[in-house]
Amino acid sequence: MSAHAAKRGHGGHGDPNKLGHGHGDVPSSEAGPADKRIVVAYGFWIFLLSDFIMFAGFFAAYAVLVGETAGGPRPSELFDLTLVAWETAFLLLSSFACGMAGIAAFARNKFWFQVAMSATALLGTAFLALELYEFTHLIKEGAGPSRSAFLSAFFALVGCHGIHVTLGLLWLSTMQAQVWAKGFRDDILRRIACWSLFWHALDIIWVALFTTVYLFGMGQ
Amino acid sequence: MSDSRIDEQGTGNDKAPGEEDEGESIGSSVRGYCYGLGLAAFLTVASFWALGTDLIYGPGIPVALIALAVAQMGVHLVFFLHVTSGPDNTNNVMALAFGVLIVALVLVGSLWIMNHLHHNLMPMSAMADMQR
Repeated sequence: MSAHAAKRGHGGHGDPNKLGHGHGDVPSSEAGPADKRIVVAYGFWIFLLSDFIMFAGFFAAYAVLVGETAGGPRPSELFDLTLVAWETAFLLLSSFACGMAGIAAFARNKFWFQVAMSATALLGTAFLALELYEFTHLIKEGAGPSRSAFLSAFFALVGCHGIHVTLGLLWLSTMQAQVWAKGFRDDILRRIACWSLFWHALDIIWVALFTTVYLFGMGQ
Repeated sequence: MSDSRIDEQGTGNDKAPGEEDEGESIGSSVRGYCYGLGLAAFLTVASFWALGTDLIYGPGIPVALIALAVAQMGVHLVFFLHVTSGPDNTNNVMALAFGVLIVALVLVGSLWIMNHLHHNLMPMSAMADMQR
């Protein structure tokens, strides 16, 4: 009732941000259930937030243990920032390619969808390859996860992100196969939306990771 | 989504940044991602630059790095994940706020408590002396 009065009183400008959910004259309490697309994305967003909280645990463990090197190598003696810069670039570009795939899916264009998804996969794989190279390099130098508490926490945190990227790549290939075999059905479009949320969220984790682990590590 | 009456009054263009619209053209969505990519790339380069520069007072560099990281996470959220101030996103933003609260509690709480324990702990060498 008050929403109606506000609308009349300000000539339709009473709720410019559509906080009453923008259904015109229908109050939000009577607007019915939201679009399935929105409900599914909300549910997946809750999962992603719980994933962020799990990562917060790994980050906290790393931050607490970063000084406990047991006489072994310190972060600034181990990390190669050029490698990290390349990893960051690959992951950011793959996020962009993932966005392009989402737009292609929105436009129901199979060809560009597959091209953009392949580019995303390629860049993600390049990121993963660099990370594996770094890990094997560290282990060969005798700085494996069993060397010190700092290195255990480092491999746990960065490895956990790496596992997420691996799973994301698997999911990516199944989305490509589903679109190839079944086309842009509504349920498949929702799966693509969830997958792209997941992929972008991994890039957010990486921002926190390269800042707190690698850039901070240069001064530790 | 928005009915035609609102569009006629010109308020239909009152769109939150990063918000996805059903009727949006491909060009404008691509442009949104390009803005996001540009901003994210700029902030990344700025972080790597801030680490090696003499321009920032030494002890202030970690603060600058954190500020740049938080800014970049914001850019990702708005332009890539489309978490915006738009009407369909109210629940997402509320959930995000709760998530940020829990993440902050886990991080700050762990660091605070462990730092205190660390101070109260006897050094290893003193422990060895007592056992002698």
